[in-house]
Amino acid sequence: MAAPFDLKDDSVVVIIGSGAGGGTLGNELAQKGIDVVILEAGARHEYEDFTNNEWDSFGQLAWVDKRTTSGDWRVAKDFPNLPAWIVKSVGGSTTHWAGASLRFQDHEFKALTHYGKVKGTSLLDWPITLAELEPYYAKAEDKMGVTRTNGIAGLPGNNNFKVLKAGADKLGYKECHTGNMAINSAERDDRMSCQQTGFCFQGCKWGAKWSTLYTEIPKGEKTGKLEVRPNSMAQKIEHDKSGKVTGVLYTDKDGKQQLQKARIVAVAGNSIESPRLLLNSESSMFPNGLANSSGQVGRNYMRHTTGSVYGIFEKPVHMYRGTTMAGIIRDEARHDPSRGFVGGYEMETLSLGLPFMAAFLDPGGWGRSFTSALDQYVNMAGLWIVGEDMPQEDNRITLHKDEKDKYGLPIANVNFSDHENDIAMRDHAYEQGKALYEAVGATRVFPTPPYPSTHNLGTNRMSEKAKDGVVNKHGQSHDIKNLFVSDGSQFTTGGAENPTLTIVSLAIRQADYIAKEMAAKTI
Amino acid sequence: MVTIFNRKAAAPDTPEPIEKQVLSRRDLLKGGTISLGAILVISGSSIIHPEFAWGLETSNLKPETMATLIQLARDIYPHDHIPDRFYAIAVKPYDAKAGEDPKTKKMIEEGIADLDKRAGKGGYIGLGWEDDRLAILRKVEDTPFFQTVRGGLVTGLYNQEEIWPLFGYEGESYSKGGYIARGFSNIEWL
Ligand SMILES: Cc1cc2nc3c(=O)[nH]c(=O)nc-3n(C[C@H](O)[C@H](O)[C@H](O)COP(=O)(O)OP(=O)(O)OC[C@H]3O[C@@H](n4cnc5c(N)ncnc54)[C@H](O)[C@@H]3O)c2cc1C
Ligand code: SF4
Repeated sequence: MAAPFDLKDDSVVVIIGSGAGGGTLGNELAQKGIDVVILEAGARHEYEDFTNNEWDSFGQLAWVDKRTTSGDWRVAKDFPNLPAWIVKSVGGSTTHWAGASLRFQDHEFKALTHYGKVKGTSLLDWPITLAELEPYYAKAEDKMGVTRTNGIAGLPGNNNFKVLKAGADKLGYKECHTGNMAINSAERDDRMSCQQTGFCFQGCKWGAKWSTLYTEIPKGEKTGKLEVRPNSMAQKIEHDKSGKVTGVLYTDKDGKQQLQKARIVAVAGNSIESPRLLLNSESSMFPNGLANSSGQVGRNYMRHTTGSVYGIFEKPVHMYRGTTMAGIIRDEARHDPSRGFVGGYEMETLSLGLPFMAAFLDPGGWGRSFTSALDQYVNMAGLWIVGEDMPQEDNRITLHKDEKDKYGLPIANVNFSDHENDIAMRDHAYEQGKALYEAVGATRVFPTPPYPSTHNLGTNRMSEKAKDGVVNKHGQSHDIKNLFVSDGSQFTTGGAENPTLTIVSLAIRQADYIAKEMAAKTI
Repeated sequence: MVTIFNRKAAAPDTPEPIEKQVLSRRDLLKGGTISLGAILVISGSSIIHPEFAWGLETSNLKPETMATLIQLARDIYPHDHIPDRFYAIAVKPYDAKAGEDPKTKKMIEEGIADLDKRAGKGGYIGLGWEDDRLAILRKVEDTPFFQTVRGGLVTGLYNQEEIWPLFGYEGESYSKGGYIARGFSNIEWL
């Protein structure tokens, strides 16, 4: 049957979420001739609808349904109802993302082996290795048009990058360049090249930056095998007496509840909504939620050890011109415990426009110390720290005891506290960032606290053994054979790298596995 | 009606230019007018900035309260190169909110009254030095009143497109073809 599919069609694969994981999986399956329905909670905005305005764009794309927070992270104080900055729209957070696309390092797949048992953590080795994922990384890089791979040239460096590079040279860093970006440096895949507009976080109006919205999804739709249903919020995954999942209950664009039957269900709602959905799908057979015999659903929430450093110079930088993430330093990404922490971090340029800078430079700050910084906006350069944070059992997504969403389902609470390793790493990175900018003449430097999480990981983690995690090395749940997890919540550990290339690689690999198992009729 | 000021009209969403307001020179000069510091003049339900052509009418908050709010906004986020009218735009919505929600009205009126009381004779706005006003603000910075006003300013002030150029932020760039030919890599001093 050709898309659109009937609600009673129980031969389809239903994917929840159309972002990096879900959008990719949907297209990959459709290309193999498998029928797919993607349920997406958000609306469909095409790239010409995007706007070069930070708050307007946030209102258009971001997930603003209420969530609550707890734990000692500063986000819980400054943004108590906005733990994460992610998207509710067709394309998911790949509309907002900056495009940095890095492979994990070999040792990061074996975090427990390399870092040892770090007190207070739930570190574990991934059930897959870099070598196993490499062919899929290569496919993902080709699909996404990642610069400095597949013979694709790097992007030209903007002003913010030039300041970073000058500082990196002064500090003796060796690996500093304009990054591996899923942004076209020349026309490719029927998409144009980057025009250096500087609104990557607001959705690329040129389509130069890869997003499932205008790559995977239309490609899948073209096969006639993929149907994307926007404004369709999945609420519960249903199962039969044997424990196999049978369909997804969702609210459609008109607010009506529908049940889409399914042969297979893949959850890709990002690391807060995915565990929330599994937990909200509890039943008498699965009283703790689906796929949760281990009790690990929602646990080990990771968000990367982040922070920013902004420097003020005597002369103009205009950091907001050109790509938001315009370059990277990789020297600190190595695992080197002599620095006082395990794992490593990347330093990547970052720029915010004036409205977001006012909101995020020092949330809650006021007075001249704050405003004199903004007065120097034009003379600012900035970088973002992204490092491996430690998985901890109690950093977790739980269902709120009292508060419910407009459909009557409990909302998510996000509990997060830094591990001492996270703090040691962030402090080290702040010092390096400060030294870097001072080496090029910064007169003032700001160690800026983490923003609401853009990288959300780990809450349905992969594990070799069923008791340690939620899914196996294919993202298939340990408990239920035809239930998959296809987003960043599968991550066993976070690595130092931005996660999306790995999410996409895992989705391509998962599609191969699902197709093979479907053919073998095991699912 | 007498036109008091006849300069270039302010941008559409700025407070009403004075010439549009029902207010005469006589109103301004007669006894009911109070001068607040050196900047703002209150007459009836209006706040007038006599030097730069704008005024603001209040319907739910006392005009004195609005005038103090404007000063408070500047004290929270002081930018000496940003004219008062942008601070006025940022706090103006409290007047409408005060009309819809008695709780907001109470919070704002009481919050301002508290500042005045702490300042003593002459009130908050009568304190000539910023430092003296800040000493008061540091004592109230954890109150819901202060946090509401501060939080609202983050977008109320900084998300006004008209002030972006005053910080050198160029805003929207798509319609101009991005920065690929407009200086994305023109840094010279490095
Ligand atoms: C500002 C910003 C910058 C970023 N920059 C980078 C970067 O440079 N490099 C990088 O690697 N990563 C970056 N990221 C992170 C990246 O966007 C995410 O890691 C990635 O998109 C996550 O993929 P996902 O499939 O897990 O979820 P998403 O892409 O977030 O997609 C999840 C989708 O599921 C939908 N959904 C959720 N619940 C339901 C439900 N119940 N029913 C139906 N639909 C549902 C959501 O609406 C959403 O569309 C950035 C993120 C942000 C916000
Ligand atoms: S800088 Fe490049 S990638 Fe970013 S939004 Fe502009 S054109 Fe797109």
